[in-house]
Amino acid sequence: MDKEKVLNLAKLARVELRDEEAESLSHEFEVILDYVGEVKKVDKLDKFNKEESSLRNVMREDGEPHKSGLYTKKIQEQAPAREGDYIKVKKIL
Amino acid sequence: MPDISKLSIKSARIALQKKEFSARELTGASLDAIKEKDSGLHAFLEVFDDVLEQADETDKKIANGENLPLLGIPIAIKDNMLVESKHATAGSKILEGFVAPYDGTAVKKLKASGAIIIGRTNMDEFAMGSSTESSAYGVTKNPHDLSRVPGGSSGGSAVAVAAGLVLGALGSDTGGSIRQPAAFCGVVGLKPTYGRVSRSGLIALASSLDQIGPFAKTVNDAEILYEVLEGRDSLDSTTISEQTYSSRSKFSKVIGVPRAFVESEGIDENVGNNFREVVEKFKSLGYEVRDIELPHIKYSLATYYIIMPAEASSNLARFDGVKYGLHKDGKNVIEDYFKTRGEGFGKEVRRRIILGTYVLSSGYYDEYYGSALKMKGLITEELNEAFEKIDLILTPTTPTPAFKLGEKTSDPLSMYLADIFTVPANIAGLPSISIPSGLAGTLPLGVELTAGLGREDNLFTAGKEFLGE
Repeated sequence: MDKEKVLNLAKLARVELRDEEAESLSHEFEVILDYVGEVKKVDKLDKFNKEESSLRNVMREDGEPHKSGLYTKKIQEQAPAREGDYIKVKKIL
Repeated sequence: MPDISKLSIKSARIALQKKEFSARELTGASLDAIKEKDSGLHAFLEVFDDVLEQADETDKKIANGENLPLLGIPIAIKDNMLVESKHATAGSKILEGFVAPYDGTAVKKLKASGAIIIGRTNMDEFAMGSSTESSAYGVTKNPHDLSRVPGGSSGGSAVAVAAGLVLGALGSDTGGSIRQPAAFCGVVGLKPTYGRVSRSGLIALASSLDQIGPFAKTVNDAEILYEVLEGRDSLDSTTISEQTYSSRSKFSKVIGVPRAFVESEGIDENVGNNFREVVEKFKSLGYEVRDIELPHIKYSLATYYIIMPAEASSNLARFDGVKYGLHKDGKNVIEDYFKTRGEGFGKEVRRRIILGTYVLSSGYYDEYYGSALKMKGLITEELNEAFEKIDLILTPTTPTPAFKLGEKTSDPLSMYLADIFTVPANIAGLPSISIPSGLAGTLPLGVELTAGLGREDNLFTAGKEFLGE
């Protein structure tokens, strides 16, 4: 993996990354991917049925999880920028 | 004033009920110990300012004849669990200043059982690490040797118990983050079955692996905390009930040792010698110890380091500088994201988010993430089959005793290998406990027992017999 690829991945992940960090990460990823890549080489893997073993989502019925507005104020207070009861962000369009 | 270093939860509860000392005195002893020792250890990120008020309330309850399992017991909380109206940072700058709007379920249960919540403990940033060195708020030191790490990611909680600052603590364990620091610090650390303890109010790392559990001085104390924490919760749909794993086979004292796995390269000589002594001790306690074959268990760590970063990269997408925590201003919305996340996340977190993004990206998804999921299934099946013939699996908790501060920070793979024996239990969702098993010089060693799904009872039985409790 080269530096450009790391920078592109960082872009996908919305993380600002300096060139020199991307460079050192590219070397570390080579080592890590070489190690974790072992799992691909196991013969028995192809015969294993992923569907049977995979985790499934557990959904709850729609409904009121708690009294409406119970946490609203406390949660709003955590937002870095607010305008009235709205969380404020920069213009998108 | 009680000597908190000599007390267990069990003995402290008896003394409190007999009024040998008050909750205020016990809490005062905890605060004094923190004042005396924690400037050198840095187990705590914050000691809450209302602990003596909590203690006074407790003394009123005791005077009124109330008797709860943790009434008056000082407990510390890892900084990735929400305590209402208190800061929670998960060891990260990106959550600096965040105040929890509610109690996580585990914390709520501790409070309802009468525990005194002393403060929040240091941890690797977002629980990503095995040494507590990736915290944005400084390193925590091992109380047995200040030049060494306490393990991680729940290093602060392990140290708080080991140094006698509190009587119990909560940690979270995604790949060994309770058991590995427990071993390095010489205390008991339990990771329950996946889904046993609600994770509502736990800041997520990898949701298919994360589990909350206790640190304690004794197996009996760990069991007391476990009984308070466990149970179904409508706020965490992955929680299990007593019926989920219903087969209650008899405990027949049969231990399996995955010999080839345990004797793999990289095991410290002291750890190997100690492990042989542990096997002999279990035999002398009437256990049958037999070698077992688990041909795929050696792939657990590789599997883990695909699944965990994949899930982490998704879970950590919520930190965007809009809803809570740090905000760094850029020219537009998307630049705000880049700056906030680039400056707010530390190096290890950036590394894992980018690695996770890679293994999930189009073209590599099947090769890495798909293969890892299949391997997870294969390992799980292999372990579940093994537990049809044995009650427990025994391995060392860690391949080495506590390593030096800074020793592994520049080599991420060597840091990851510290989790080699703890990761399989997370991959398969199994309950697993680390118990102190001896010393290498002055450094504690731990041995790990893993049981079948839902069989924490077997861990407690064997753990207590081993420690002579």
